[in-house]
Amino acid sequence: MAIVEARNLTKAFDGQHPAVDNLNLLTEEGEYLVLLGPSGSGKSTLLRLIAGLEQPTSGEVFIAGEPMAGLPPRVRRIAMVFQSYALYPHKSVYDNIVFPLKAQGTDPQERPAKVQWAADLLGIGHLLKRKPRQLSGGERQRVALARALVREPAVFLLDEPLSNLDAKLRATARDELKTFQERIGVTTLYVTHDQVEAMGLGDRIAVMNEGSIRQIGTPEEVYSDPADTFVATFVGSPPMNLIRRGSTIVGFRPEAMLPAAERAGEGITLPVDVSRVEYLGSERHVVGVLSGDGTRDKLSGVLPAALPLQIVEGPGQQFFVRSSDLRFFDAETTARTGPQPVPDL
Amino acid sequence: MSAVEAEAPARPRRYLLERQGVLAPLLLAPAILYIFALVAVPFFLAIIYSLSDVTIGDPSIDLVGLDNFRAVLQDRVFRRSLRNSVVMTSATMLLVVVVARVLALVLTQNFRGKWLVRFLILLPWTTPVSLAAIVWLWMLDSLFSPIDWTLRYLGLIDGSLNWLGNPDLAPVSVVLVQVWRIVPLAAVIIMAGIVAIPDEIYDAARVDGAGFWRTQFEITNPLIMPVTAVAVLFGAVVVFADMSVPYVLTRGGPIDATQVLPTWAFFRGIQGGDLAQGAAIALFAFPVLAAMAIAILRAVRRMDIG
Repeated sequence: MAIVEARNLTKAFDGQHPAVDNLNLLTEEGEYLVLLGPSGSGKSTLLRLIAGLEQPTSGEVFIAGEPMAGLPPRVRRIAMVFQSYALYPHKSVYDNIVFPLKAQGTDPQERPAKVQWAADLLGIGHLLKRKPRQLSGGERQRVALARALVREPAVFLLDEPLSNLDAKLRATARDELKTFQERIGVTTLYVTHDQVEAMGLGDRIAVMNEGSIRQIGTPEEVYSDPADTFVATFVGSPPMNLIRRGSTIVGFRPEAMLPAAERAGEGITLPVDVSRVEYLGSERHVVGVLSGDGTRDKLSGVLPAALPLQIVEGPGQQFFVRSSDLRFFDAETTARTGPQPVPDL
Repeated sequence: MSAVEAEAPARPRRYLLERQGVLAPLLLAPAILYIFALVAVPFFLAIIYSLSDVTIGDPSIDLVGLDNFRAVLQDRVFRRSLRNSVVMTSATMLLVVVVARVLALVLTQNFRGKWLVRFLILLPWTTPVSLAAIVWLWMLDSLFSPIDWTLRYLGLIDGSLNWLGNPDLAPVSVVLVQVWRIVPLAAVIIMAGIVAIPDEIYDAARVDGAGFWRTQFEITNPLIMPVTAVAVLFGAVVVFADMSVPYVLTRGGPIDATQVLPTWAFFRGIQGGDLAQGAAIALFAFPVLAAMAIAILRAVRRMDIG
């Protein structure tokens, strides 16, 4: 177990915009930290820098307080699971899992017991003689995890390990990953572009864009108190509604937009032209534009299907947002600001 | 609307070439014709010749059964040729695999002047065999060999090695020239195999702690085994069936030290005029090559690399 730290870390490939740009990151002991960002945000590059598969252009990586500059991956006490799992296709499951032990020169007599331990922990003890191509996607993922685990690393690095699984399997695999990490308690960095995975798995989420971390916090913090408009729109589906008025951007979550009849407490009223209502079983999505002052900002709302009130498509409907659900951002910097006087909407 | 409906069925011949049943045989026909005329016909002709008493002086074909094969098998030179063919082809391919594997690794790395190295490595493959063999004839000349000259200059030898005149050294010379000729093809095939291995496999090996040699021997080599086997098959067929290199360099000598099946078939059948025995000798290459091809292709199919 170990703390991972990145200090002023920069990685630029051939004079392009840096993939990782002067980035600072400090994990907590044994935590599950999810790096969340769109593709090209530098999250995989950050993971590879920590693993030692890439050398930083400038800045440093520390693992358990030790500077890692110039050290190859094998001495960093890290283990990595790749998106494709990168199992050795010509080796049996046993030979895949024992490979790191052979490479680090573990006593040959201790190897079988360690392989068995890792395989049993992941419930693949009966598959040891199989070849990777004879396994299902979920089983391959577990072999990759067992291979990562067998050396008892201090840090786990997972690069989109669920993206090759179908939707149904992904949900189960996510649960298993979480339980597994809780049991072994190793510091884990998990890269994904899927916010549902990030919210479900992470102790904390680091939201990345264009090579830097825009916000790091618990799933609740990232969702309800986004640090800037990028986080506000990247996390949450549909994204936060943003309305620009002068130098201020007002934001609120779609589920904060209630029909005016549900009005309770202090808040603002919005006249909305509703263009579409989608029924999604447990909830209804309302799509429309703000009709009051002619700016016609796009809005989306999410209403629980249990709400007895009917919303129909059509112009000039009244919605209500509580003051406590409003968030404010600076229009210039896009950063979060304190409460502002609510402009006329 | 009605114009289209009226037109389409009226001219079905316009779409004749889009029908697979017409287009496929049409496109395959030239290849089939070529193989039939230049492979199948000569092959069956050789079988008929080998069972007859045909000579250049008497082209009438009278069947004599297996007499030619019996005669050939009792011939000391033939047995020597068969052994030389097998030994020299095996030695060539062994060296080719090692050298091509190393070159393939070099070719997949990034370094300055890579295009030049690639160009130089591929050059021998673009040279016509007979021309290349003539150049090597001069390179290995008993009096003027630049190789001898260099070795003398370095003080490693006195006089001349006589590359092609020494019965022990001549087969080595022929093998080395064959290696020089086949290596480019094998290196390119093996390089394609190396390039096909996903980068994540190598990343995983690095994270797992494997160094250079372990990665080469435990990851790369097993994964390129099938493609290497195909390279060996191609190379071995070319070398086994080649008469240009031994013919130009040594004429099969000295004292049959480099006599192989193709040269011996040529000497017997064309120069000696005994077409029937020449055909019988050449046909011995067929079971050897067929057995080797089947063995290699089977092994490739059994290789379990996912």
